[in-house]
Amino acid sequence: MFTFTSPNYEPFVWPFSIGMATLLIYITIKYIKWIYEFDKANRIKILKGLFSLGTLRSVKEIFLESLVHRKIYRENPMLGYMHMCFGLGWALLIIVGHLESSIYQASWANTPYYSIFFYYFLPAGAEYWGDEVFGFLMDLILLMILSGLFIAWGKRLYSRMVGMKKTTKQRPYDRLVKGVLWSIFPLRFLAESMQSAITGHGSFLTHSTGEFFASCLPVETLSYPLWWAYSLSLGIFFLLIPGSRYMHIPTEMVYIFLKNWGVKLDVKLGPNGELRGLSKFEVYSCSRCGICLNQCQLLTSLNNESIQPVYFLRKVREDVERGNEINNCLMCGRCEELCPVDIDLNALRMMQRQDHSVVTDETYSYIPSLSKTSPIKTGEEYSGCRKVAYFAGCMGHLTPRVIASMCNIFNKAGVEYHFIDEGGGICCGRPLRLSGNRAAADVLMQKNIERIVATGAEILVTSCPICYKSFKEEYELPIMVMHHTEYIDMLMHCGALNIRKGKERLVFHNPCELGRGCNIVEAPQRVLGAVGEIVATEFDGKASLCCGGSLANTVISPIERGRIAADALSRYTCSDPDCVVTACPLCKKNFAKVKQPVPIRDISEIVAERC
Amino acid sequence: MSDKKHIVVIGGGPAGCVAAERLSRLGFRVSIVEKECELGGNLNNWDRLFPDGKRASEMVTKLVNDVKMADVAVWTDVEPIEAKRVENGFTILLSDKSLLFADAVMLTTGFAPFNAIRKEEYGYGIYRNVTTSVELENMIQAHIVPDTVSRVGMVHCVGSRDEKCGNMYCSKVCCITAVKQAIELKQMLPNAEIFCFYMDMRMFGPGYEELYREAQERYGIKFVRGRVSEASEDSEGRVAIKVEDTLVGRPMRMKLDRLVLMVGMEPSAGTRSVAELLGVKTKVNGFIQGGDPHIAANQTNVPGVFVAGTATAPMNSTDTLNDACAAAFQVANYLNG
Repeated sequence: MFTFTSPNYEPFVWPFSIGMATLLIYITIKYIKWIYEFDKANRIKILKGLFSLGTLRSVKEIFLESLVHRKIYRENPMLGYMHMCFGLGWALLIIVGHLESSIYQASWANTPYYSIFFYYFLPAGAEYWGDEVFGFLMDLILLMILSGLFIAWGKRLYSRMVGMKKTTKQRPYDRLVKGVLWSIFPLRFLAESMQSAITGHGSFLTHSTGEFFASCLPVETLSYPLWWAYSLSLGIFFLLIPGSRYMHIPTEMVYIFLKNWGVKLDVKLGPNGELRGLSKFEVYSCSRCGICLNQCQLLTSLNNESIQPVYFLRKVREDVERGNEINNCLMCGRCEELCPVDIDLNALRMMQRQDHSVVTDETYSYIPSLSKTSPIKTGEEYSGCRKVAYFAGCMGHLTPRVIASMCNIFNKAGVEYHFIDEGGGICCGRPLRLSGNRAAADVLMQKNIERIVATGAEILVTSCPICYKSFKEEYELPIMVMHHTEYIDMLMHCGALNIRKGKERLVFHNPCELGRGCNIVEAPQRVLGAVGEIVATEFDGKASLCCGGSLANTVISPIERGRIAADALSRYTCSDPDCVVTACPLCKKNFAKVKQPVPIRDISEIVAERC
Repeated sequence: MSDKKHIVVIGGGPAGCVAAERLSRLGFRVSIVEKECELGGNLNNWDRLFPDGKRASEMVTKLVNDVKMADVAVWTDVEPIEAKRVENGFTILLSDKSLLFADAVMLTTGFAPFNAIRKEEYGYGIYRNVTTSVELENMIQAHIVPDTVSRVGMVHCVGSRDEKCGNMYCSKVCCITAVKQAIELKQMLPNAEIFCFYMDMRMFGPGYEELYREAQERYGIKFVRGRVSEASEDSEGRVAIKVEDTLVGRPMRMKLDRLVLMVGMEPSAGTRSVAELLGVKTKVNGFIQGGDPHIAANQTNVPGVFVAGTATAPMNSTDTLNDACAAAFQVANYLNG
């Protein structure tokens, strides 16, 4: 057995030290194992990334997101403050505590427990550089954490206080670990207060409470057991972390580094359906904060509280049988947009969707090949070399008003264009891809690429954000791809369209695949601002709602889609606009399902009317 | 004022007229509230009825005469704007500020044809030669079908049995209307080719199946089982459609001089607003929810409020008139009970 005689040792440091060491060994082995499973390209990225700016960026991101919780602040300041109290507060407690103890000891190489239990070891009357400032700071930090704890308690009783209508239903084990976590800081506060009454250290908080306790309690007897309790709560918490949601604390930080070093998510599962590579880090990074719950329209419109990422990732992590939640998701990306940990929520769900496609030579034989006589013309066959190719898309063909408007706009701007799918085109493949059938999607993609390249055009304009996303992200086309909102914006910018501004009050519904999906937010705003008066809503830009028509969800019924559409429309129209404008044929079609309080039109229709 | 009990019938279409007339003959005081300037409802916008080709105007004349003979008070150009449940009845405030007291209320607010603009892929309101069955009926009545038309396509189930526009139900009358109108077109334009694109032919009424057979055998109308997926317009204004012939299993493309959309039934604006005024439950599809479908179909969740005709579900004129008679008896039972 070790026998310590040092004045800086007490047996109560053991629970903390054992817990800490066990956790460190556990996560180190686990992370090394996961990284070992990365493919070669990603491992090289880590090596290259280590000494790159990515490392600095990660430190900054860890500070802003893991400690300060900036994203949550944006969502709700009080909720952000609560998370900051725990994140930044605890980090500061460790850092400032270590600094203080190091200055006192005049050495940086303290045992970890020494700084944690520093006020116990600090003899009465000891003086060192900055002792009063440190005492004040440490009390301030502790007060901050305790205030966060109060909000957390309040949140349990009334979650709307922090802007959350729904909070995560945690499992008993996680509730137990949370109980242990919540006991840590009050115990430290009590131990330090009692200690302050004995040794006279501490500042405005612990010193005052210490004096108060001394007046009514036997602090000499209580202090020592409280230090034990504090150490035990820390040790138990560390030991319980691996099976709990608090694995997010260490994992999230590693994930931030990996992400900034350019490690890419492998979008396929392993041969036995297991998670691979970065996806494991992402799944374990979920803190189950429940912010995704309140974003989910399946919850707000359909009252479904089981498929949201917080529950889905828990099932993935624990590898329990998944039900229809794999397919019961609109993939609108509203949750992903606000996820404080920046987890690729859509991709993690997508990879669980199985590829059921059976592709034989016969499957797509009905699509005429380019080499044979076909209605599809190649670049040379078109009269002259036109720079623009227009692809309306399957959904575009269901909204002929959009096509007519686009043709009108091309003509007014004097643009000669190839209408690739005028007589009917091939699906871009995204609906297949969204349902998991990647192999079939790839066949369609190849056939489409041939046709697009054959036009010899320099710009491909599409009216459908679904096609747009797949052309842009999956096709790797040698030409520029634009959605018609971007293209109209460009035409306006270079003066090719003469727009008359109207007085109509317009609300813009940014389609999921366009705004959140492809980052197109400003172009539609500029175009709309030029044709009418924009009415701002809380759902502008990337905060837009899903129309309910999403191709990605194969579970909900048409009536449920209608309910989502009706709810979305009533939220868009509460400021009583003259028209709701969108830029996606599918949104327009899905809104047509329900009673429309105002007309729903495509942005191209309004522009065509006013140029 | 007599001590007869008073029934307010909201909606003066065929169901409202028949219900009012019957109730009056059963010894009640009856008022009809109609928002248009005349009685007759959707029949006023129709030429001939299936399966016998009776003129709708003839039918309206009979209904109106019966109402007149039965001493029913008719309020036209008004609609209810407020309704309150009071002891033993209802007070109904009309848009002309008159206030009616009713011991019972009969809702016969009917249907509105599906707005084909919502089915944008067929190009209604965009292409010159796409019309609805209602417009075609008016054209036939006015003899203004151009004789240059040589190929017509009729699309069944527009706005019915279509989850994409949120209407899951069958509107019942469109199949037989298509058969009737196709025959009428063929009679006017003997050389025209007429195609009906259907999901399945619902020939449930007496004489319907016979008429369908006649359309094929005598008039050579072609019935294609398949749904038109989309339509586009060529430079001459012809409508190009894409459709699958599901019996052959092949996709087809076809150019037409005219595309006729057989629009289904949706609850009328009046049906929706009156249901809201009186707190009457509606189904998911917006039609009024009747009581037990076998024995109390004309009752609603509000005691004293009854419903008849197409305010409760799509039905043809025969069924509408029968339903209104049945509803009249249910009201009488309620008031005498």
